[in-house]
Amino acid sequence: MKLREVKDILEAEVIVGDDILDLEVKTAFGADLMSDVLAFAKAGSLLLTGLTNTQVIRTANVLDIAAIILVRGKNPSSETITLARELKIPILTTKYILFETAGRLYAKGIVGCLQKVENTSGRN
Amino acid sequence: MVETNPNLYSNSFNIEGGNFNSAGIVSTNIKSILKKLGIPNDIVRKAAIVSYEAEINVVSYAKKAIVNLTVNPGVVQIEVIDDGPGIPNIDLAMQEGYSTADQRIREMGFGAGMGLCNIKNYSDDFHITSEVGKGTHLKMTIQTP
Repeated sequence: MKLREVKDILEAEVIVGDDILDLEVKTAFGADLMSDVLAFAKAGSLLLTGLTNTQVIRTANVLDIAAIILVRGKNPSSETITLARELKIPILTTKYILFETAGRLYAKGIVGCLQKVENTSGRN
Repeated sequence: MVETNPNLYSNSFNIEGGNFNSAGIVSTNIKSILKKLGIPNDIVRKAAIVSYEAEINVVSYAKKAIVNLTVNPGVVQIEVIDDGPGIPNIDLAMQEGYSTADQRIREMGFGAGMGLCNIKNYSDDFHITSEVGKGTHLKMTIQTP
């Protein structure tokens, strides 16, 4: 689905990336622990998180994350917004909690970028 | 430099310890360099992930570090040499979940004891040496097709 539809489903506000809402997304990963995001998230996925600092943008950048969805109505700092613009990473914010955000997207066809971890010691 | 350097590409970067806002600048830089060199996306991604986790460690624990990036046919190598406190027990530090991180690191979404594991998992070859009071030396090798 297009990022535009994600925005509508989540009644989200677009903070960065108004011009790239035609971006196609199929999968998502949700976590507040960036090391878990680095371990498990796949390129081209949505990242659902409640963290708003610049490291979320850096993490998204190294992983080629398609867009960041901030949950629980979080708003990023100006540094975070500036960095996201510079690295061209869309940020949307939704008032839905993480569970609701994931559920609403899943119901419309977005799936996890992986279903479950195979074994945590050799997961790469 | 160019005439005497046998590598296809090499460059060095500095990381400033304690500066949490700057964490990630070097890996973002490495990512764009490797992309420009025409390295495949999945390899670039691995290199960016390992250098980013290493950067987070340097910013968290050391005063400064140097990162050496070298690219040769079939291989990307990233070395991170810091002047941090060193790791007394590497086996323990390599255990998933073991961490000495403070609250500041955890607030950024790190410090859960996964950094070195992630680095190892995304590298084809990983070497770590450390001396207490002197620093830590990481060497990550990622193979390219």
